[in-house]
Amino acid sequence: MTFTPTELEAEGAAGGEPTGDPASARPPRSGRRLARAFLRDRAAVACSAYILVVVLMALAAPLLVELSGHGPLEFDQAAVDSDLGGLPIGWGGGIGADHWFGVEPGNGRDIFARIVYGARVSMTIALLATALTSVLGVVFGLVAGYFGGRVDMVISRVMEFLMAFPALIFMIAVLSALPAENRQALLVVVISFFGWPYLARIVRGQTMTLKQREFVESAKASGASSAQIIFKEILPNLSSTIIVMTTLAVPGYVGTEAGLSFLGVGVVPPTPSWGQMIASSVPWYAVDPAYFLFPGAFLFLLVLSFTVLGDRIKKIAESGEARS
Amino acid sequence: MIRFLVNRLLGMAVVLLLVCLFTYVIFFVLSPDPAVQICGKNCTPEAIDRIRANLGLDEPFRTQFWTFLTGLFAGRAYGTGANAIECAAPCLGYSFQTSQPVTDMILQRLPVSATVAVGAAVLWLLAGVAAGLLSAVKEGRFADRFIAGLTLTGMSVPNYVLALSLQFLLVVTLGWLPFPQAVPFAEDPGQWFLNFLMPWTVLSIGAAAVYTRLTRANVIETLQENYVRTARAKGLSPGLVWRRHALRPALTPIVTIFGMDFAGLLGGALITETVFGLNGVGKLAADSITKNDQPVIMGVTLLAAFLVVVGNMVVDLLYTAIDPRVRVGSAT
Repeated sequence: MTFTPTELEAEGAAGGEPTGDPASARPPRSGRRLARAFLRDRAAVACSAYILVVVLMALAAPLLVELSGHGPLEFDQAAVDSDLGGLPIGWGGGIGADHWFGVEPGNGRDIFARIVYGARVSMTIALLATALTSVLGVVFGLVAGYFGGRVDMVISRVMEFLMAFPALIFMIAVLSALPAENRQALLVVVISFFGWPYLARIVRGQTMTLKQREFVESAKASGASSAQIIFKEILPNLSSTIIVMTTLAVPGYVGTEAGLSFLGVGVVPPTPSWGQMIASSVPWYAVDPAYFLFPGAFLFLLVLSFTVLGDRIKKIAESGEARS
Repeated sequence: MIRFLVNRLLGMAVVLLLVCLFTYVIFFVLSPDPAVQICGKNCTPEAIDRIRANLGLDEPFRTQFWTFLTGLFAGRAYGTGANAIECAAPCLGYSFQTSQPVTDMILQRLPVSATVAVGAAVLWLLAGVAAGLLSAVKEGRFADRFIAGLTLTGMSVPNYVLALSLQFLLVVTLGWLPFPQAVPFAEDPGQWFLNFLMPWTVLSIGAAAVYTRLTRANVIETLQENYVRTARAKGLSPGLVWRRHALRPALTPIVTIFGMDFAGLLGGALITETVFGLNGVGKLAADSITKNDQPVIMGVTLLAAFLVVVGNMVVDLLYTAIDPRVRVGSAT
């Protein structure tokens, strides 16, 4: 699933898929056409809808919990059977009008509330990590590609070094060794620290070719400063690459956060996180499958949605580029 | 060629040195004092000082790191005089929990991890390339779309979710497979295969999906090349065109990423081994995280980094052997 460097490389080489519809075969031209091409794509719409649901769920978590009547940290001993080792009472892990998604075995915490609050953690960490990675990747990639020479050499070496690292193991090492008051911030920093080179490398390559183009030369000839050229001439031309790369990076970070929390070095209990919920469901999977199925399904669908969405955006961007 | 080799080896040595430095700083400088952790609850300042002296933590950083490095190559001794404990090379220190040498702990568990890793690698390589080829041949048709859906699913499913689902379905509900245990191959090859089947599948699924897409894209791109058209125009049989002209360039990039992915497997094995309870290096690391056993985590980290760096090196060398163009371009 996540964190393989090769995944993004494979993306870079993927071939286009011809569509039967003659109208969509014509490359979209304007923003409105792009939007229309996007809306006609049922998979992309479905994925966006699911992501929107998760985002709304995360935003409205306190409200939803108010509606369902149970907080994420609230124990409910009445919902579990203490004679059976704390197994939830009722079908499907205690699903019912009271607990919509059932309860955790043992202490009877409401799974719906924990899923809703877990969505907050997943989305916050994944989106912040994506934002930080993009900033780092774009800045370093631009600087390396534009200035070249020694600056490029230093940045490229650092990138090679970071990419040669077994990122997951090092994230675990860093997270398990460092004491942190604010785990979530540390997670964002650590994920971004190992993530930026994959974007920076591509930005660097594109900057190097863009630098040779006539419009940059003419800007230079008319006396524009380096900063003006970078931000006004080069950066706008990189926007589609950056959008595609960042969309493709989000599912990786959602998975990484969940994986790290699963291994016990991510978000600290009692703050709920999907990965952590799945980890604590491992001893119960045989007797209470609903306990891992709920967070597992939410997590899988979120990663899948971002992956499909990134894939589609990439294809639309590519067909848009092909015309110019 | 020799200059290239020497350059690569030097580069590898530098990266490994930096990895060691990085790891050491994380575990012995940035983390909370290890001596306090070993000491436990009933601790006196004198006891902490004694432990620090035994571990060599009272030395300046440069000396500490040097002792650590020489320990990796030539072994080292903890403590002084009669109490000294000899730690043979490659010395990774002693576990805080069990007081066993970390090197031994890792070596004991390596066979299980190797079995899981090699099996998974074989599986994803075969499945990925086969599915990718099929997809490329049937481009745009049902088989291609079906495989595309499968690869998206395979790329997205977190391996612990897949592991739990498979276990629930195949072991608990249907009873088709045994609960995975590390059965030695020599004892019962059939059981060995059945027991490792699920861990292999889970560990390989993500990579198999990526390889499928990569193979498909590469083959489709190669088939559009001019030289393939020329070969066809010359009247070569389709089979010959595929074997001689299309497959080789299409599959070369697979070698590169295969080496890197295989070397990086330890990270994935961490989760897979933990979920299935297989006693390999990955589970050792995961257990050490919960017990806060820093020397063991550090040992596994170094091993993983070593594998990745060496793996990259081997891939580079293989690549020069397979693709002559790289040799010319490597003069930089």
